[in-house]
Amino acid sequence: MITIQAKGVSTGVAIGPLYFYKRAQATLRRYQVEDRESEWLRFKAAQAKAIDQLGVLAEKAREEAGDEAAMLFETHQMMCEDMDYEESIENFIKEDGLNAEAAVTDAGAMQAETFAAMEDDYFRARAADVKDISARIVGILSGVVQGGIDSDVPVVLAADDLAPSETVQLDKSKILGFATSGGSGSSHTAILARTMGIPAIIGLGSQLKPEYEGREVIVDGGTGVVVVDADAETKQRLLKKREELLRRQELLNQLKGQPNVTRDGQSIRIYCNIGNPEDVHSVLENDGGGIGLFRSEFLYLNCDDYPTEDYQFEAYKKVLSDMDGKEVVIRTLDIGADKMIEYFQLPKEENPALGNRALRICLNRPEIFRTQLRALYRASAYGKLAIMFPMVTSVWEVKEAKKMCEQVKAELTAEGIPYSEDVEVGIMIETPAAAVISDRLAKVVDFFSVGTNDLTQYTLACDRQNNDLGRFFNPHHPAVLRLLKLVTENAHKNGIWVGICGELGADLELTETFLSIGIDELSVSPRSVLPLRQKVRDTVVGDVKEKLIDALMSDENAL
Amino acid sequence: MKSFEYTITDPVGIHARPAGLLVKAIKGFAGSAVTITKGEKSVNALKLMALMQMGIKQGDTVRIDVEGGDEEAVASAIEEFFKANL
Repeated sequence: MITIQAKGVSTGVAIGPLYFYKRAQATLRRYQVEDRESEWLRFKAAQAKAIDQLGVLAEKAREEAGDEAAMLFETHQMMCEDMDYEESIENFIKEDGLNAEAAVTDAGAMQAETFAAMEDDYFRARAADVKDISARIVGILSGVVQGGIDSDVPVVLAADDLAPSETVQLDKSKILGFATSGGSGSSHTAILARTMGIPAIIGLGSQLKPEYEGREVIVDGGTGVVVVDADAETKQRLLKKREELLRRQELLNQLKGQPNVTRDGQSIRIYCNIGNPEDVHSVLENDGGGIGLFRSEFLYLNCDDYPTEDYQFEAYKKVLSDMDGKEVVIRTLDIGADKMIEYFQLPKEENPALGNRALRICLNRPEIFRTQLRALYRASAYGKLAIMFPMVTSVWEVKEAKKMCEQVKAELTAEGIPYSEDVEVGIMIETPAAAVISDRLAKVVDFFSVGTNDLTQYTLACDRQNNDLGRFFNPHHPAVLRLLKLVTENAHKNGIWVGICGELGADLELTETFLSIGIDELSVSPRSVLPLRQKVRDTVVGDVKEKLIDALMSDENAL
Repeated sequence: MKSFEYTITDPVGIHARPAGLLVKAIKGFAGSAVTITKGEKSVNALKLMALMQMGIKQGDTVRIDVEGGDEEAVASAIEEFFKANL
């Protein structure tokens, strides 16, 4: 067994025989031409044909991988007509009397060299684009057809590197995965592989040996590992992983774009919890309807000092614009208790879970809170923002926090800085106190989101980080579920929505209970969105509603 | 001549896609020559590859000069283009 570690650029596991891409290698002919004018016209005809072909490829790419992939070939069309490129070809033919094939090859090499010498990875990778279009024109001039796969069974395709046009022209039913010795993560091949969901590993260098041709390989695009002639154990492990990924993919194909609605027509929103702006892509990949909890702590944890307003603004703005109008609930600073940050210089506490944490810190240190609120409201101009305060126990706390929001808005108005008027302001329900007075809290906020981990910990007086308490820490405890029911009723009486953003939201055993109670939104990790959607779509609430609510109120076993 | 300055906000800079769109847009303004300058280097904005080879990145400030044709209208159209795409 040979294991090679390189760079995975498209996730998934594939297993099959390795096959090296066969290029139709035309030996470049180089000669002097007599009739320079007609050689030039021969080039112009080949150039026009290349542009036509690229137009066809653009349409093929549009069908297989969307507009973004199609744009690549449209850019290639323009590169074929690039003024400098065409001018050097014209000079090589008309001044030097070179044949068109050689002229195109030399002009392409010149441009490619300039790109290859650039600092930035992205621009360096464009050298492949120029070589690709030059090879196409030369191919047309010399009447050579492009390479392909000559195999009856699907293969893991190996190559030094694949040009984008080579990738798109391949018969996809024959390809299980890609393994290339060169390439970069921002090459179009990597991008196309990702959009088409084919596992790909690049940068294998000289470790990808021609003698592996025909041998069984497994590629794991998630970890960047290629295994040649895997032993039984490795093979079994990777096959299992492959099955899981495929099941997931199947779920995605079936459920992507489908509504979260039960068989008897009750719908629920399924949003995602994220911890930093990069997570947005997995939200979109898993078809999350929005972000129900964006923990803003990462901004503070990543810094050695209080993050500035501008720094925060950029991060919030990025998430809001990337989500493109979908709702984003950002939770204000939630540190203290188990999350400590040195520069806050908070004194050590005997009982941190009951101490100076979250909104309490914000109200005690308004200057920190004000900076965050300003950044949030400034960012609100770029998407659909909601602000959420953690760790509330009383109505006055919420009123004080909201007063600061009003002050911040007044400041921004005075400074002529734009913000959205439609920012919803809500709170987390994490303490029994908040749950019990939720009838009053509902009158001062736009939504509730239940943090089930803390709510369980505080309701059951049970430290969730103490391993010895495992069997006492029960989030399914009727006390917790009854509070949840109470909170939901109070929210709905006052016309506001209620969600769950704790781990319990993804607990499929409770999905029917949540639907019966009438929860409006579940915010879960991106990976949980589709299994949860599946569960919702399989449920008939009418059948179970009474029974579940009865059980919640009186089931002896549960109590 | 009509000129304006612009600071690139796109994370990849002037990459293939917007460069291609820009060339396409400028071809529509007959009679105007558009030059993009970064530091001491200038390039005719119709030259797709040369434009990309400037390696203009996020945070770079470039100057755009429009000469000939309806300078005013062309410059403001290009400024809109930069704001929307770069």
